[in-house]
Amino acid sequence: MAKSFKCEIVSAEASIFSGAVEQVIAAGVMGDLGILPGHTPLLSELSPGPVRVIHDGGQEYHYYVTGGFIEVQPEVVTILADTAVRADDLDEAAAEEARQHALKELNDSNADLDYSRASSELAEAVAQLRTIQQLRKKAGKG
Amino acid sequence: MAAGKEIRTQIGSIKNTQKITSAMEMVAASKMRKAQERMSASQPYARQIRNVVGHIANANPEYRHDYMVDREVKRVGFIVVSTDRGLCGGLNANLFKAVLKDAKAWQDKGVELDFCALGAKASGFFRKYGGRLVSATSGMGEAPEIEDLIGSVKVMLEAYDAGQLDRLYVVHNQFVNTMTQKPAVRQLLPLSPDMGADNSQDEEHSRPANWDYLYEPDAKVLLDRLLVRFIESQVYQGVVENVACEQAARMIAMKSATDNAGDLIDELQLVYNKARQAAITQEISEIVGGAAAV
Repeated sequence: MAKSFKCEIVSAEASIFSGAVEQVIAAGVMGDLGILPGHTPLLSELSPGPVRVIHDGGQEYHYYVTGGFIEVQPEVVTILADTAVRADDLDEAAAEEARQHALKELNDSNADLDYSRASSELAEAVAQLRTIQQLRKKAGKG
Repeated sequence: MAAGKEIRTQIGSIKNTQKITSAMEMVAASKMRKAQERMSASQPYARQIRNVVGHIANANPEYRHDYMVDREVKRVGFIVVSTDRGLCGGLNANLFKAVLKDAKAWQDKGVELDFCALGAKASGFFRKYGGRLVSATSGMGEAPEIEDLIGSVKVMLEAYDAGQLDRLYVVHNQFVNTMTQKPAVRQLLPLSPDMGADNSQDEEHSRPANWDYLYEPDAKVLLDRLLVRFIESQVYQGVVENVACEQAARMIAMKSATDNAGDLIDELQLVYNKARQAAITQEISEIVGGAAAV
């Protein structure tokens, strides 16, 4: 059996996942983070994006977070997500629509819009699409 | 039979009250179940973030955040979580008593106090009591959202950042079980190292004394955000727990009100029956007396 460590994903509303894993790949604000057992303690902010969890047996699961924090301890990884969903539940059409909507709002200079809100909406939609495409690629490969 | 009629109307009105209280009991019972679910759903996050913050407090960070430094105490802030509505037994009264006890202990040491009221009952209480109320939020309803609290919490955190507050507590009712709720005063700031100690039994590996995290992007930015999130989640957890307490306390209060109304009705019914019997007896003896006289 490969070395494993404990991973907990919690969001403000619920506990999403808890169990033994081999690897966690998350989108940090400074780039993607791949975490293997025995990682040095790390604390980082997460940007909206996919979190991939490779389970003890080698199966891979995808989650989507809209931001939050990741704490890495040698034996346990904790992801404090603002909101997290199982990636299978994501709807590509809805994500694409959200992206178009955000882009339109950004381009529509006449409207008195909240730029920061629109750009964060866009980032979220893009991150959702990224998660879905990752899933898609995996499905095509396997 | 004038007395009899009065008693009958009294019984009728008590019966109406009983109907209302028993309906309120049932409503509270179903709301309590939902509130309890909400409470347990938000618990993992609050617990994990408390663990993480406990680790940070135990670590040897390159950067000491303001929230971790124990300052000389000149002014203390209390975030008091109460209900919006009454008819929930002694829930709020007990909570305010706990606040006043703590407040008095601080005042005796010459420390000044600021209050933040979450819930209509708390703002009403401080209006009467005369404490310095710096922020208030009410009308959060049965399903409070974290956004509802951010404003009030921010006021307190800004005061702390500006050095106007040296300590911050949150006061709310703790849900022990349906029958028991007890007021709890918890320290939020400064962070104490033993904060995450309650469930870190699996973490107690022998660790070098001066370890530190790698921070991304950097310690200051990260801790600023994380600690604000931490405080918000702790207050939110308090509010959610208080809602569950409110419903449980209301259910119990309404149950005993319904029971009391039943007792009252039984007693009145007895008095009424006696009065009726006495009137009948009197009538009969009058008739018998009249017949004998003829």
